[in-house]
Amino acid sequence: MIFDKHQETVDDILSRYPVRRSAMLPLLNLAQREEGYVSQAAIREIAGILDLTPPQVFETATFYTMLNLKPIGKFHIQVCRSLMCALVGADPLIEWLRTHLGIGVGQTTDDKLFTLSAVECLGSCGTGPMMQINDDYYERLTEEKVGLIVRDLRETGDSAMKSGPFMVPERSKDVVSS
Amino acid sequence: MKTFEKILLTNMERPGYTGSLSDYEGTGGYKALKTVLGNVPPNDLIEMVKKSGLRGRGGAGFPTGVKWGFIPKDHPGPRYLCCNADESEPGTFKDRQLMERDPHQILEGIAISCYAIGAQTAYIYIRGEFRLAAKILERAITEAYQAGHLGSDIYGSGITVHVYVHVGAGAYICGEETALLESLEGKRGKPRTKPPFPATHGLYQKPTVVNNVETLANVPHIVNRGADWFASIGAPPKSTGTRVFCLSGHVKRPGNYELPVNATFRDLIYELGGGMRSDKPLKAFIPGGASAPFLTPDHVDVQLDFESVALAGSMSGSGGITVMEEGTSMVWAALRLMEFFYHESCGKCTPCREGSSWIVQILQRIMNKQGRPDDLRTLTEICENIGGRTVCAFGDAEIAPVQSTLKYWRNEYEALIEEAEALKGSRKEIPVLSVAQAREVEGSLS
Repeated sequence: MIFDKHQETVDDILSRYPVRRSAMLPLLNLAQREEGYVSQAAIREIAGILDLTPPQVFETATFYTMLNLKPIGKFHIQVCRSLMCALVGADPLIEWLRTHLGIGVGQTTDDKLFTLSAVECLGSCGTGPMMQINDDYYERLTEEKVGLIVRDLRETGDSAMKSGPFMVPERSKDVVSS
Repeated sequence: MKTFEKILLTNMERPGYTGSLSDYEGTGGYKALKTVLGNVPPNDLIEMVKKSGLRGRGGAGFPTGVKWGFIPKDHPGPRYLCCNADESEPGTFKDRQLMERDPHQILEGIAISCYAIGAQTAYIYIRGEFRLAAKILERAITEAYQAGHLGSDIYGSGITVHVYVHVGAGAYICGEETALLESLEGKRGKPRTKPPFPATHGLYQKPTVVNNVETLANVPHIVNRGADWFASIGAPPKSTGTRVFCLSGHVKRPGNYELPVNATFRDLIYELGGGMRSDKPLKAFIPGGASAPFLTPDHVDVQLDFESVALAGSMSGSGGITVMEEGTSMVWAALRLMEFFYHESCGKCTPCREGSSWIVQILQRIMNKQGRPDDLRTLTEICENIGGRTVCAFGDAEIAPVQSTLKYWRNEYEALIEEAEALKGSRKEIPVLSVAQAREVEGSLS
């Protein structure tokens, strides 16, 4: 059972809401963090916890684009393709990733390391082009930078180029705050 | 260089400010909460916010105090406050900075607002992609509980406020307040038909207020410095205070800039944003996130407040300003935004669900130089059949890019369609047969 070792977390989640069903997204998110995707087994288990039928959970899960209903690679590269990022060069970046990973958008590399997605706005329009890999944002990208990030992830599983707490412009030096 | 008064970004722009509880308390944080709890009657607080003229910063610009006032006074409860942190309007990224850099400013705003409307529970609905912001908020909530700023019987006043972070899973529509409530109830995030409004039938059918992150962050400052002070900033009486505007696109210095709302787009784009990133002149800009109609260089001297932008034919929306330089194809820009809306339409209302897909197909066809002479008429017609015919404002939003680009840059559409007409003779296409012709072919094969 997926949630067995997370019993405390599950109890904590359930305690937050007066209605059990509200724990739906937190549990689906937890299942995805645990297994990398939302499996059929997870859906059945969540249905059990929430006193729902599995189709009710599945129906809800299909609405949300972040929930993967099929296994994906270890690193999910999601490049923003919306207008704001596209204006500053998101499309060439997606092309570059396609060529260098040798996969199309929506596909996973043979070694199951990378899945490439082109997604809609991630709320980082001032620092485009940008992408999200698993939990982390990577901003103000160039082809060179993306190459280094992919190399880092392949070799060490982490990259120092991910963004910290957001502050753009860094500090408005020109503007005196009152 | 002009200087502009700041409210929300003041703290985080101090050197060395980390947003921790001690940093926030060091700058007078939680003073407002201490002042009001048990001392100022909730009704007076609501009146104060009404008087300040604070309006929702999420997009609709509804007066916050009025929204709070809709909560029935005699309801036995429970009542809820939802902080809308589902920031997903393309062009907007202010809430992320507010949450990641100064989370306690928001928590204090939430606590005060909960007290004002008589809610004991607040949920911060944050978009699933903002993992870092969610983590920072969780940490800040733990700190605030430990210091007694949140929890049961705060400062011995008998007031209880519990705050929880609820992480979404990727759906733009969940920023719509009733869709947010549906999603928070663990369902598909589809907007509800209104009325009844959330003020009476919100989360779990109980009285609920949904406020944007930036709106709530303003509340402690209004308490500390007074409604009159807040109402004197900006463009009173209708649009008051400052807003954090998000500048993106072809400018030298994109980013978040806080300005009083009586500043102009010129101040933002040229003074603060450093102007265009290359030598190419400004061609177009979106004044308030993807849902706002495009404006032209003729509009750069328009003020940033809700009314002025509305008068110019667009909307101030969520405050995301996207700048496009000369040479950008407006048909392409409209298509990109339409693809977003097509992807994010929740599917509840037929005009929006089907219409967005038709518009995308037509725009793709025009971009691929396969447009047809009557396409522009069809586009206009589809747009007219979406606007005002959907449950939520998404329908009105999705037609904005198409209608406004058709209004100002119709010649670009026409040029592409003319090109398509010229190419028509030279293009080999798979023939489309009528039923009679198909039968004939079938007959000749057998």
